[in-house]
Amino acid sequence: MIGTIETKDTYLADFARREREAAGRAPAWLTALRQEAIARFGELGFPTRHHEEWRFTNIAPLLEVPFHPAPAEPERLMLERLRAFTFPGLDCCQLVFVNGRYAPELSTFGYLPEGVQVLSLAEALEAEPEAVGAHLARYAEFEQQAFTALNTAFLEDGAFVSLPRGVIVERPIHLLYVSTAPEKPTVSYPRTLFIAGENSQATLIESYAGWDGEVYFTNAVTEIVLGENAVVDHYKVLRESLQAFHIADMRVHLERTSNFASHSITLGGALVRNEVYARLNGEGGECTLNGLYLANGRRLVDNHTAIDHAMPNCTSHEVYKGILDDRAHGVFNGKIFVRPDAQKTDAKQTNKTLLLSEDAQINTKPQLEIFADDVRCTHGATVGQLDEDALFYMRSRGIGEEQARNILTFAFASEIISRIKVEPVRAQLEQALFEQLPGGHETEELLK
Amino acid sequence: MSMLEIKNLHARAVAGDKEILKGIDLTVNPGEVHAIMGPNGSGKSTLAGVLAGREAYEVTEGEVLYEGHNLLELDPEERAREGIFMAFQYPVEIPGVNNIYFLKAAVNAIRKHHGEEELDAIDFMALVKEKLKILHMDQSLLNRPVNEGFSGGEKKRNEIFQMAVLDPKLAILDETDSGLDIDALRNVADGVNALRNKDRAIIVVTHYQRLLNYIVPDYVHVLSGGRIVRSGGKELALELEKRGYGWIEAEAKKAALVGA
Repeated sequence: MIGTIETKDTYLADFARREREAAGRAPAWLTALRQEAIARFGELGFPTRHHEEWRFTNIAPLLEVPFHPAPAEPERLMLERLRAFTFPGLDCCQLVFVNGRYAPELSTFGYLPEGVQVLSLAEALEAEPEAVGAHLARYAEFEQQAFTALNTAFLEDGAFVSLPRGVIVERPIHLLYVSTAPEKPTVSYPRTLFIAGENSQATLIESYAGWDGEVYFTNAVTEIVLGENAVVDHYKVLRESLQAFHIADMRVHLERTSNFASHSITLGGALVRNEVYARLNGEGGECTLNGLYLANGRRLVDNHTAIDHAMPNCTSHEVYKGILDDRAHGVFNGKIFVRPDAQKTDAKQTNKTLLLSEDAQINTKPQLEIFADDVRCTHGATVGQLDEDALFYMRSRGIGEEQARNILTFAFASEIISRIKVEPVRAQLEQALFEQLPGGHETEELLK
Repeated sequence: MSMLEIKNLHARAVAGDKEILKGIDLTVNPGEVHAIMGPNGSGKSTLAGVLAGREAYEVTEGEVLYEGHNLLELDPEERAREGIFMAFQYPVEIPGVNNIYFLKAAVNAIRKHHGEEELDAIDFMALVKEKLKILHMDQSLLNRPVNEGFSGGEKKRNEIFQMAVLDPKLAILDETDSGLDIDALRNVADGVNALRNKDRAIIVVTHYQRLLNYIVPDYVHVLSGGRIVRSGGKELALELEKRGYGWIEAEAKKAALVGA
């Protein structure tokens, strides 16, 4: 086993090299931020399984791979190759990033309402460092989060989106983060900052994708801020290479009566950790976190979510579902904090896991910490096989056992997919289910 | 040839060691409607479960012939494909699976079994709409997940609707009347009556005589203690309604004592 200290030193050396090369080019506050972050990373080191939040997720395989910083001049990709990761029929503003760097030649904007800013983070840091600095890293703390510290230390590029007050952006904004590692394993640090002004409204799709067989590491951080009464519909679509590592942290900050709904769909990756923290920071906010993950082989998918009810009269809903086959391993941890001020909180959490093989494994843990007395918080977790009564019922109508199982498995997954409001995204992900689930093509034929 | 011949059928629940069916004999011919009545615990549901192929029951003795073939060696789906339909006492809710796709999968599995071409979406819809009309049912039901959020009456009507679409040779209605108000009961009975014909046999399993006012049986059998203790015409049901099950159980006990 390669020592984690040794691996840590590699990242520290990478950082030092990059700082020398980039000396003097970044605003002073950013240089200070990066240095603070790398120092914290140096202190924290990589988490081990002794760390409570990483008990079930062993990152040793990640530490064994020597990742190289992605080249400054990314591989020139053909638009054609990206088609598998886009959403046919979706009229959207699409920014493509290759190994974390903005690729303008692959991106399309189309019409955006007056005052809406959608640009690369590197450009934004150049053009208006103060506006970016007012928010960047203000939500994604890295005091206890080694990977968030690492991303912050290496942050250079990504996406910056800012919606002025009262603006409604009709077309979804799609941020497509593609990774390539044709020769040697690469690491990238995509960073997204999304600011929705008061009363604004938009749909944000974050895609993380790559090609099977390629080994790379995506260390992503996303910060989303909703001003008063803002509405953001968020989707995260993870179609990383089946050999890729993906560790991401999303922080959402909700002001008064704002509404954030997120659907996180994990279809790829060898080792995936999706961390989400949403803070309901004003009265009457509403937060929905839904997720679906499919894993087979020896893949590991870990969803760690936290919803922090800091103020009264807020609502949160959460449904996470997983389908695990072969020797796949799932981890779900759902925290709900209800602070002393957060009276009349209404929080509901559900986690359901379907195990298709005897060797698949899930560790699920709801974690409710409630410090207010007039609240309604519920949680439930189910783990297991398909409903035997439903199977018998279907068979008693002539449907073969295997087909009945496949239909029920698809139905289990489609409960999450069917909630996706953007039709081309929903259609594309439904198609992905047909491709990935057992007997999917027969089910597709049936549903035609 | 009889459609169904049950000979000296003994069965027990896999989970328990007590024998529940203790020698049932019953013959059902095409076009006939048989009612099987009996008090709680008499074995009615076990009999229905054995015929449908529930794994919770184990047959310990006797045989069941369906169209001359051993029924008991068939899987539940094979029984359905050969023309047996069971209306469940407790229809199962299947979230996420629409009625329409559920039925299409069933119809095409049955057609495939018989070497017929599978129906495409258009032909299937035509078939379904025709059956909806017979049962005076609303089309919106098709796009709802199977039984999910259905009222008790809707669930039972949905069972009869499935029966209409699958067009079985032998239908077993397991306590289809339980939990229904009189309007829903009439509705369900009308549906069943619309499906009565000279080729189709129906077994109505029920605790109460009430349903038999609307689905008038050709034969009534009384099940008690795992045996058929009395058989007769439809007037037997009326007598049971008037006098209850007590006298029959008492007579059966006496007969058993004499026999011993």
